[in-house]
Amino acid sequence: MTAVSEVRVPLTALNYKSDTKPIWCPGCGDFSVLQSLTKAFAALQLEPHRIGVVSGIGCSSRIPAYTDTYGFHGVHGRALAAGTGLKLARPDLTVVVTGGDGDGYSIGGNHFIHACRRNVDMTYLVMDNHVYGMTKGQPSPTTEPDWETKLAPHGTGLRVFHPLVIALAAGANFVARAFSGDPNGTADIIADAIRTPGFSFVEILSPCVTFRPEQRDWRKIVRPAPVAPTDDAVLASRRLLSDDGFNIGVLYRGDRKVYAPPIGQASLAPADLEKGFAL
Amino acid sequence: METPVPHSPSAASSASLAPSLSIALSGSGGAGVMTAGTLLLEAAARAGLYGLMVRTSGPQIRGGEAAALMRFSAEPIENMDDRFDYLIAIDWLNLQRFSDEIPLDGASRVAGDPGEGEMPRAFADMGACSYPVSFKSLAKAIPGSWPNIVALGFAARLLELPAEGVEAVVRRQLGKGKAPVQASLDALQAGARAAEAMTLASRGQAPAAVAPAPRAQTRARWLLTGNEAAGYGAIRGGVRFVAAYPITPATELLEWMAPALEQVGGVLVQAEDELASINMALGASYGGVPSLTATSGPGLSLMTEALGLAVAAELPVVVVDVMRGGPSTGIPAKSEQSDISIATQGLHGDAPRLVVVPNSIEDCLVSTQWAVHLAESLQVPALVLSDQFFGQTRAVVDRPADVVFASARLTPEAVAPAAADAVPNSPKMPYRRYADTASGVSPMAVPGMPGTMYTADGLEHNERGTPSSQAADHRRQLDKRQRKLDQAPYGDRWADCEGSGDLVVITLGSATGPVREGLRRAAADGLAARLVSVRLLAPARPQDFAAATAGARRVLVVEQNHSAQFHRYLRSVYDLPGEVRSYCHPGPLPIRPAEIHQTLLQWSRA
Repeated sequence: MTAVSEVRVPLTALNYKSDTKPIWCPGCGDFSVLQSLTKAFAALQLEPHRIGVVSGIGCSSRIPAYTDTYGFHGVHGRALAAGTGLKLARPDLTVVVTGGDGDGYSIGGNHFIHACRRNVDMTYLVMDNHVYGMTKGQPSPTTEPDWETKLAPHGTGLRVFHPLVIALAAGANFVARAFSGDPNGTADIIADAIRTPGFSFVEILSPCVTFRPEQRDWRKIVRPAPVAPTDDAVLASRRLLSDDGFNIGVLYRGDRKVYAPPIGQASLAPADLEKGFAL
Repeated sequence: METPVPHSPSAASSASLAPSLSIALSGSGGAGVMTAGTLLLEAAARAGLYGLMVRTSGPQIRGGEAAALMRFSAEPIENMDDRFDYLIAIDWLNLQRFSDEIPLDGASRVAGDPGEGEMPRAFADMGACSYPVSFKSLAKAIPGSWPNIVALGFAARLLELPAEGVEAVVRRQLGKGKAPVQASLDALQAGARAAEAMTLASRGQAPAAVAPAPRAQTRARWLLTGNEAAGYGAIRGGVRFVAAYPITPATELLEWMAPALEQVGGVLVQAEDELASINMALGASYGGVPSLTATSGPGLSLMTEALGLAVAAELPVVVVDVMRGGPSTGIPAKSEQSDISIATQGLHGDAPRLVVVPNSIEDCLVSTQWAVHLAESLQVPALVLSDQFFGQTRAVVDRPADVVFASARLTPEAVAPAAADAVPNSPKMPYRRYADTASGVSPMAVPGMPGTMYTADGLEHNERGTPSSQAADHRRQLDKRQRKLDQAPYGDRWADCEGSGDLVVITLGSATGPVREGLRRAAADGLAARLVSVRLLAPARPQDFAAATAGARRVLVVEQNHSAQFHRYLRSVYDLPGEVRSYCHPGPLPIRPAEIHQTLLQWSRA
C-alpha cells in the first residue's frame, strides 16, 4: 500500500470522494458543501488516510461516508466530543467535524460551547438550513420564530440562536460564515479554517430546498462581508450582532493557545506505578 | 489469549477463621477521623497485619459526621465483620446516624467523651459498654496536638501495634506539613495510656477482643483502594486515553489516573459531561488508542446511547461503573450492587456487550486489565462493575500476581500484509471493515493506514460499512456481533468457583467477601457448600455455568440490591438447578457474613 503514501501525485477533489451515493434531495446545499470540503482537502494536498471526518446525526451528518477518508458517524449531537477524542488521541490527523444546526446547536449545544472553550486544533463545519430535514421539517434553534410547522403550528416564538457570537464568546479561535451556493469561496474558507491552529468554526448557510424552499433566495441575499477579518472578538461580535446574517467570509481569527496535551511521551513504565502501592 | 500463570486460589479463600479486630473511629467532619484511620491502617500494615478501612460519611461536603470503619487480621480480609469490637468517638455529633452501619453488642466497648454528652441511645441499646475518654481534653493538654492523633494512639494500643511503628507513620505524615512532631508523639502516648486505662477499667466485663498477632510475611503486600487498583489495571491493560466527568464515588479513580497516565504517555481529559466523556473515549478508540471512562450510575445512564454506538460500530471502550445507591442521585457515597440490570440490559436494540464484575479490591486491578483486553480484542464496549465499597475502601492486600494478556486489536495489516502492487481501496479489493468472519471479529483499520479508509457507523451497515437498512445486512451484522462475544475464549476467569457440596451459593462483586466468610463459618459447622462468584456477567456462559452448578440441589443467590437484579438476570440466561432462593437487601448496609452463615444453617435444617 505504498501508492498513496510515497508517490506524491497531486490529488484532486475526486480523490477524496467515496463511491457512496448521497441520500440528499436534489438541489440540497449539502452537495456543494461536500464539493467544497473535498476541494479544500485537495488544496491542502492532505493525504486522505490522515484525515478524520466526524459527524453526528442529520442530513449533513452523512458526509463522512461520502468522503474517501477515515470517517466516524456517531450519535446525535456528540460529533464534537468524538472529534475531540480523536484529535487528542491522534494529534497527527486532520480532524474535521461536520453536522447541521439541530445536531450542533440544539442537542449538541453544550459540546459546541465547550469545544470553542477547549480550543482543540480541529475544524467544525455546520451546514445550517434552519430546519430539521431528516425528521421532515421541524424548527431548529436557528429557525425564525414565526415559521409555522406541524410541530409548532404557531411558530416557536423563540429568539434564534446566534452560533457565531456564541462561538466568539466561548473562545473559538477562527469564526467564519460561508454559503453553499459559492462552492469555491466555501472551499477557500474551509482550507483556511483547517490551516488555522485551534478550534475553527465555519457556519455554512446550506439551503434545504425541500422543507425551506424559500431558502433558494439566499443566493440573492448573501454578500461578501464588507470588512476584513479581525482579531478583536468584541469588534467581531458587534459586527455579527448588527449584520443580517448574510455576510460571508472569515470574520474572526485569533491566536489563542491550542489545547494539545502531550500523548505518547512516557517517562515511566507502567510497572513503576506500583511503587505507590508497595508497603 | 492469556499467558498461563500458576493458578493460586485467593489467599482469603484458604484462610481459616482467623481472629480479627474491628474498630470504628468516628467524629464530626474536620475531626480528622479519616486521617487517623488511614494512619492506623498504614501502621498496622507495616506491623504485618492485613486490614481494611471503609469510609462512611453524612451527606455534607465538609463537616458533618464521618466514620472510618476498620477491620484487622493476621490473614487477608476482604470485608467487614458482623459487628465492631470498639467504637472510638472523638465526639457524638450525629453518631446515631451510623447506628445501622456500626453494629455493637455486649462485648463491644465504646470510648467517648462524657463532656460532649451522652453516648447515643442507639448504641446503648445494643448493650455496648461505654468508657469515658475525652480525646479533646487529652489533646488540649498537649499544645499543638490534635484529638485525632490521641485517638490514633488509643486505637493503635488496642491493636497492640509497636509504638515506634505508629510514630514512624505519624512522622512521615507530618513531614508533609509543618506541624510540630513532638506534640503529636506525646498525643499518641496519651492515647495509648487512655487505652490501657480503659482496658484496666473494663476488667470483669465481657472479655475484650484479642488483638491479632501478625505472622511472618511471605509475599509482598500493597496498600491501595479498589479505585486505584482499577486505574492501574486499566493502564496495565494498555489504556492511554481517559475522558471523564467527576462523580462520587468514581472521582478518586480519575484523580489517581490523571498524573499516572501523564507519566506513562497517556492523557486524561475532563469532559463537559458524561455524554462527552464516552463519546471522546470512542473517538480516541477509533483513533487506535485504548480508551476508558469511569463513572457511577447517573453517568452510566447518560452513556448508554453511546455504548450502543460502540456495539454497532464495533469500537472498543471500557467503562468502569463504581456503583452507588440508586436510583437517581440515590446515596452517592455509599455502596449498592444495583446497576446490574442497566449494565446487562440497559441498551436499546440487540446490543451484546461485556460486563465484568471484580470480586475483591485486588481483583479490581486484574479484572479491569482483563476488560481492556477483552474490549480491544473483541472490539466491543466492556463495563466493569465496581462499587463504592471497593472503590473507596483502602486495604492491605497481597501483591496480585502479574497477568499478561496477549492482546491487540486485529488490524488489516496483521491479517494480510499489503502486496506492493495492490491498489488501495480499489473496487476489486475493497476493505471490508465489518467482514463477516468465522470468529465474528473483523480487522479494524486505524486512521493513518493507507488504503483502508472506512466510516465507523452507528447506522446498520453492510460489511464495507456502508449504511444499509436491508434485512439481510442487519441479520448478518447482528449475528456477527453476538458470535464474537459467544465464541471468545474466556477460560476459567469467567467465575471463581470454590468448595464442594450440593448447596451452591452464587454471588458477585463485593458480596463475594462476606459470602466466602459466611461459607467458612458454615464449613466449621460441618456444612459443605460451593461458592460461585461470577466475574463475567455478560455474555452468558451456559456451559461453564452448568458445569459450575452441576449436581446442585439448593442454590442461594446473594446480592446487595432491593429487587434481586442478579437473581433475575441469572434466571433469564441460565437454567438454575435444584431449589433456588434469593438473598438480597439494598445498600448501604453490606451483606454480613452472619447473614449468609445463618441463612445456610437454617436452610440446611429445613
